[in-house]
This record gives sequence, C-alpha cells and structure tokens, in this order.
Amino acid sequence: MSKNNDLLRAEGINKSFGAVTAAKDINVGIKKGERVSLIGSNGAGKTTFMNMVTGYLKPDTGNIFFKNENITSLNPRVITQKGISRSFQIPQIFEPMSTWENLLVALGTSQKNHSYFKNARSKENSDYIDEMLSRFSLNEFAHRQVSELPGGVRKLLDIAMALVRKPDILLLDEPTSGVGAEEKYPLMDTIAKALSVEDLTVIFVEHDMDIVQNYSERVVAFYQGEIIADDNCDKVLKDKNVQEYVTGKTQVKAK
Amino acid sequence: MSPKLINNIFFQSIFLMSLLIVVGVFIPNWLVFVITKAIAYGLVGLGIITLMRGGLVSFGQGFVFGIGGYTAGLLGTQSGLTDAILLLFISFIFTGFVGLIIAPLLARYRDIFFAMLSLAFSMVLYGILIKIDAIGGSDGFVLPESTYFGIKPSPEYSDYILYVVSIIMTGIVSIIIKYYYDSTPGLIALAVRENELRVEYLGSSAFNVAVLNFTIAAGLGGMGGALNGIALGHIDPEFTYWTTSGEFVFISILAGYLSVPAVFLAALLLELVRSFSGRYFPDTWQLILGVFLILSIIFIPSGIGSFFKKFFDKFKNK
Repeated sequence: MSKNNDLLRAEGINKSFGAVTAAKDINVGIKKGERVSLIGSNGAGKTTFMNMVTGYLKPDTGNIFFKNENITSLNPRVITQKGISRSFQIPQIFEPMSTWENLLVALGTSQKNHSYFKNARSKENSDYIDEMLSRFSLNEFAHRQVSELPGGVRKLLDIAMALVRKPDILLLDEPTSGVGAEEKYPLMDTIAKALSVEDLTVIFVEHDMDIVQNYSERVVAFYQGEIIADDNCDKVLKDKNVQEYVTGKTQVKAK
Repeated sequence: MSPKLINNIFFQSIFLMSLLIVVGVFIPNWLVFVITKAIAYGLVGLGIITLMRGGLVSFGQGFVFGIGGYTAGLLGTQSGLTDAILLLFISFIFTGFVGLIIAPLLARYRDIFFAMLSLAFSMVLYGILIKIDAIGGSDGFVLPESTYFGIKPSPEYSDYILYVVSIIMTGIVSIIIKYYYDSTPGLIALAVRENELRVEYLGSSAFNVAVLNFTIAAGLGGMGGALNGIALGHIDPEFTYWTTSGEFVFISILAGYLSVPAVFLAALLLELVRSFSGRYFPDTWQLILGVFLILSIIFIPSGIGSFFKKFFDKFKNK
C-alpha cells in the first residue's frame, strides 16, 4: 500500500476499451490544496482517469489511493462519501426542479441520520443553501426551473452541488465547455472565488490553455492514455511533446 | 382563512376526514361502500405513487393487495381475530415485511424490468392461491364479520363504521406519507427519479431509495387489500390477478405523483365509473375505463394531483 503525503495517488493504472488504450501505466500523486489541470486532446484519457478516480470505471490493473486508503474497487457513492466529489462536462442536474431545490437535494444527500418526519426545507437547510447561492452568484436563479437556465449557470449549479458535501477533492470535468468565449473568464472567476473559501484540492479537465494558465498551478498532460508531462504550468505548456501532441503550437518549418 | 393554515397538513387532513365522516351519515349505503372500496384501492395507489416518485412503477401490486387481504382473512377465520383496526394494522406490517424481503431483488431492476418482475410475483401468487383448496382455491373464502374494540356493530351500521375507521386510518397513514414526501429522504427519492447517477455521485443510494419505497408501497398495498377484503366480506385470488394490478396503475396515472389526496380522488373516480358503467352499460366498463385513461393521459399528463399542487402552491407563495 502506498503511504506518502499525497492526498490522491494513482499507481500503475492501466485501462483499455477493446483495442483502445485509455490509460497506460498512469502514476500520479496530488497533494492537498493543489490546483491541477488535466490537459490532452479528445480521447487522451483525461475523463477516463477522472471516471476511475470517482469509481465509475475500474482500472484493469493498478490502484488508486485516497488519504492512503485503496479506493480502487469502491463505487461512486462510497467514494463521494469519503470526500471526492465531481462535476460533469454535461451538467447532471435535476431538470424539473429549481436551482434551490437542486442544492437542497445535494445538501440532503450530504447529511447523515435523515429524519423521515422533518421537512427538508428547514430554516437551517435554507440558510445554508442561500449561502451557497450567494457564493456562486446564483441568487437570481434560485427559484427558476433549471431546465430554463443558460449553460454557464447550469455549470455553476453542477459545481455548487458537488461542493455542498464539503469534499477534500473536487474534480471538474471541462467546466467551461459549451460556454461562450466571453463567458468563460467570468465563469472561471466565479468558480475560483467560490472554491477559495474551502480548503480544497481541485483537479479539472480543460481544453482552453489560457484558462489552464490562469487557474492552475500544476498541469498534467495526457496523450493516448499516457502522461507525457507533469509539472508547473509554464514548464508543461513549453514542453515540446505537449506542444506537438496537445496544444498544437509547434511551428513546423517549411522545407 | 390564513394561507398558512390552509397549507397545514394536519388541518387539511382533519378537515377532510371530518367532512367525509359527516357526509357519510347523509349519503346512501351503496355510496359509503363505494367510497370505502375507493379508499382501499387508493391506499394501493398511494403505494404506487410512492414508487413513481422514485422513478418506478409496479404492475404487480395485486401481489401485496392479495397478501394483505389473505392475511386479514386468514387471521379472521383461523385465529378468530376479527377486530378490523387490528387486522388493517397487522396486514400493513406483515405485507410491508414481505415487501422488505423481496424489495432488494426488485430494486436491482428499473423501468419495464421492475414493472414486469413485480407482475411476475403477483402472477406466481395467483397461481399458488387458486391451487390451494384449503383456503378456497379459485372461489376464495368468506371473512367473519368485523368487530371494533370487541363490539360487533349491527348490520345497518357496519358499513358506516368501517367507512369511518378506514377514513381515520387512511388519514393517519396519508399524513405520515406526506411527511415522508416532504422530508430529505422523500426529496432524494424525487431526485432519483430524475437522475439516478447524479444521486449516487452526491453520495446517496438509489438502491436504498427503491427498497424503502417498495417496502412502503407493500405495506400500503397490504392495508388496502385487508380493507377491501373486510369491506367485501370475501377474499379470492382475483385480488392478485393482473387486471386488478392494472386498475391500481390506472389510479396512479390518473392521480399523478404530486399529491396524496389526488390518489384517493382518482380511486373514487374509478369506482364510480365501474359502478355506473356496470349498471347502465354492462360489460363495457373496460371500454369506458380505457377512454377515461386516454383522455386523462392526453389532457392531464401530470395527473389530477397537478391541480391540487397548483392550488396549494398559490397559498404557499402568499
């Protein structure tokens, strides 16, 4: 068993889907409080990695440790209870409910010893939800049905729901995908501000390198299921392999 | 009247129960019987809407309806227990327990698989019951007359007393169910209906929600079966037949899952349609029922409960 200072550690992870290798000998450790972005082209293995960490997929070989406990075989529910929450590329929210009710469900799932006779809409719960709405600048959307909300707001709600449980690690799957270019920075600012309140480790998948540069301290680059670079932002984004296979910024000289 | 009072569950329930008890004095005996039967069916429907709130529909609630009915009947004939209140309570507990035993198997399935597996249970029970001659086979058997706290009412009052008992017991059960719907677990059940995966990713178990809801539905179904058996004074395997289960689904679709009283209104509508069409248009009541169902699905897809919800939401927002 791995014992070190890493909050989360993947050791020798391999995962294939038929002939496609989604993860090849992944070894990575994440320390408490880090802001880490996972980059790579489509199919590079970022989301597969995220799905394995959160228990949706099981690695073919290798182990994942969280707080030095092997969580490889656990299901998403138990992993969430242990302190790893996630948001989704396509927000997974409860469409017929309002923003407020979505947060109420998230809060309810995080509470132990539920009473079957106490109204979920208690003052205590209401106060906490109002606080979350303020943190994510969602007040004006509180009582609107979420199916009517714009994309950026849905993303914020998805993240807010994941945060209600006060996890140790929050994984964000492409928090700015599907959001207009002019909305990306305000959205990330809101997310960064909301997350700064917590003593939180954040891992996010992102395709926009400007976002990566501005909002993460460390970058892990994936290519064909392998980690090809893992270091601070500047170093990784200047890495030749990363430029060739991920960011596509290498200038090929004309012959 | 203050909006807060109108929205109070206790006030609503006590008002409705009192009204029905008083009205029962003035309406003809056949209608008292029809309403009692509607309450019995409504209890089963309440179980199904509890399941519906968690995204499941059972096509086989005849299973628990039958177990409840036979429990009350066998207790009456075999052990001499004839107290209607006790029989209803015991049937509720026993059938809930049976539900708890089979719920972990059913809860592994979703959608049509859950529905058909529940139907399969009811058909197996039906097949067993018609073969057991000791309990009347396909003819069933007659239940002894009910008593209430050791007193056997005279025949002209027995229907009304059962009517009152069923209203009070159903009122109490409905209040408890409403509390459950409004509680955190009740809200999580609604979330499971919409997005089971997300509920798991928020740290709750959709499986546990399904087990709990099926157990509740089983208890309610059993109580409904016992009430129906006591009201008819007879129990037979038809209680578990698939057409009986279909009627419960009809009630639930007509009611929708948004309101508790709506399910009893839907059950009453079913009973009235059955009674009147049976009288004026013999052998066509299924046709009338079918047309009724088509119209309700087209025009009130969320069920008549959506009207109730809109009405009470108006007061909530004041």
